[in-house]
Amino acid sequence: MNSDVYTQGLDVHSPVFIDGHSVDIPILKILKHDGTLFPDAELPNIDEALATKIYETLVFHRVLDERMVASQRQGRLSFYMAALGEEAASVGGAAGLEPQDMIMAQYREQGALMFRGFSLENFMNQMFSNEKDLGKGRQMPIHYGSNELNYMTISSPLATQIPQAAGYAYGQKLQGIDAVTLCYFGEGAASEGDFHAGLNMAAVHNAPVIFFCRNNGYAISTPSAEQYVGNGIASRGVGYGIKTIRIDGNDILAVLKATQLAREYATKEHKPVLIEAMSYRLGAHSTSDDPSGYRTREEEEKWQKHDPVSRMKNWMLANDWWDESREEALTSKYREQVLAAVKVSEKIDKPPVDDLISDVYDEPSQQLTQQLADLKEHIKKYPDAYPFTAGRIK
Amino acid sequence: MPQMNLLQAINSALDIAMAENDRALCFGEDVGHFGGVFRATSGLQEKYGKGRCFNTPLVEQGIIGFANGLAAQGSVPIAEIQFADYIFPAFDQIVNEAAKFRYRSGNEFNVGNLTIRTPYGGGIAGGLYHSQSPEAYFAHTPGLKVVVPRNPYQAKGLLLAAIRDKNPVIFFEPKKLYRASVGEVPEEDYQLPIGKAEVVKEGKDISLLAWGAQMEVIEKAAGLAEEAGISCEIIDLRSILPWDADTIANSVLKTGRLLVSQEAPLTSGFASEIAATIQERCFLHLESPIERVCGMDTPYPLALEKEYVADHLKVFEAIKRSVNY
Repeated sequence: MNSDVYTQGLDVHSPVFIDGHSVDIPILKILKHDGTLFPDAELPNIDEALATKIYETLVFHRVLDERMVASQRQGRLSFYMAALGEEAASVGGAAGLEPQDMIMAQYREQGALMFRGFSLENFMNQMFSNEKDLGKGRQMPIHYGSNELNYMTISSPLATQIPQAAGYAYGQKLQGIDAVTLCYFGEGAASEGDFHAGLNMAAVHNAPVIFFCRNNGYAISTPSAEQYVGNGIASRGVGYGIKTIRIDGNDILAVLKATQLAREYATKEHKPVLIEAMSYRLGAHSTSDDPSGYRTREEEEKWQKHDPVSRMKNWMLANDWWDESREEALTSKYREQVLAAVKVSEKIDKPPVDDLISDVYDEPSQQLTQQLADLKEHIKKYPDAYPFTAGRIK
Repeated sequence: MPQMNLLQAINSALDIAMAENDRALCFGEDVGHFGGVFRATSGLQEKYGKGRCFNTPLVEQGIIGFANGLAAQGSVPIAEIQFADYIFPAFDQIVNEAAKFRYRSGNEFNVGNLTIRTPYGGGIAGGLYHSQSPEAYFAHTPGLKVVVPRNPYQAKGLLLAAIRDKNPVIFFEPKKLYRASVGEVPEEDYQLPIGKAEVVKEGKDISLLAWGAQMEVIEKAAGLAEEAGISCEIIDLRSILPWDADTIANSVLKTGRLLVSQEAPLTSGFASEIAATIQERCFLHLESPIERVCGMDTPYPLALEKEYVADHLKVFEAIKRSVNY
């Protein structure tokens, strides 16, 4: 062993440089594209009920994303972010957890919230920023959050949730409860300082957190090749001394298997785990983005063949756990429900003007109370200019 | 009543907070066994264990990010940033995360249990990066509370209030006074109110307002002014955000004059906010323009620190200027 107590390795007496790509990282694949299993594949804990719940969530996810992108195109909604092609990471991740586990997501993980049972009305009310939104109409569409479902409210600044997840998990550990924190982020966010801060804090303080990187190839228009030159994000886990696994992120069974094992390890050993799920963002970054300006149709077509939903469907069909008529019935039921929910939510009032100052502090300061009173007097003077609130001020 | 210096008063507050709630934690760079570079956390690791009082890696954004997560989870994190000059890597976690956590979630989640302690201010030959007073950056952020104590008694009572406050609080500790300021401090638990200024001495000709270590400066200047026959009312703002405009306005309605002194540079400092609000509320009662006696608009110097600072003589001159206007 070497004489340097801070590291591990052999002493050498002529220079040995370690190549930047010297760490070989295998990638876990369980389910083939045609829905059959790799012969030696080790299955996750899954039965027909769980598989059906996961698959129905995937179907709902596709329907919701498709309808909301359409609603945005029709001008009914300001903004949306679909997760086409990446749904396995969020739905499979949530399926590998227990309900008491905290999920701290980036923004494209609505599938995890769907799996936990966030209602269609809650999704809609958030997207239409109406007075029934749990977030009180304060954040742009898709910034969901639910205390009841242990799903931390989304924050637009990238990667800020990563060191927070380390702290959240450390608190869970100190409390001695059977719960972990799962933290989602993209490979682009992994360039932020908070990624490095968060992984190191979690490793040094032994926080039971599952870091789940969705490597989908793009950060808006910037391809992974311009984001990093190392061996993906998984190699960084090794650097921080964190147990790490790379998986096919479009293989729902691989996602489930890795998350189940990560949870078991995190709870037993009180240590973090890093999962890097390789995937592809088949759609645009958001409804404000057009990928045709930075990537080819051929590339997108290649990835369409790796679609995680059809892959799981083939497996479900082969198991006799699913059939086409159920799929058709379910899809049309979801479509009707979503359309009806849009019509209801878009007509619900905006939040009352008092919500401008609530929740800045636990109690409004004297300054805030005065500013609100002044505003109300102003609105009363020019009611036509503030039609959403003028009629509701007492 | 025992005598304590400001560090001992802080240590006593932390000890009480950790004893009463086993979910309270103290952490930061060198905070563990070493007790912090100023020794504010001395003895806490020995008493409460490594799980609750510990060193962190050198990563301010990580410290505050970690603290935000703990607070959201229901723990009571008391995070130390070793010098206020080094708080800026954590600016995003403070300004975009801690301050907006409750608001952006519609109160689904909050980090109200968060307290950030950090030594600030000059007078220790610390140059650019061990002397800054960055309170105004944070005072511009709705959702935060910003508190600055002036002596050991204030430090203990305000820190306990900050730890128990249901909002994230940044607690700026005047490091110049850590050992220099000694006074009577009760051993037992007590709190002082956040958001309330304190009239330290009543007077009739001019109101002098400051916070933290700058209180000593205006008190010294007031002594010179009294000798010159000028009666000064001395006020400690104590909380920068939210701030107690009523107490200041009531004082100015009485004296007709206001001088605000801060260590930080003049332009866009918190003294400017106070001046704007008080001229609005007391316009017809003001006998002279509101004076601001502040640091110069330069980075904090080293060799020329004595010339740079808003010292008692500069304050004394401004008092005379105001009274003789």
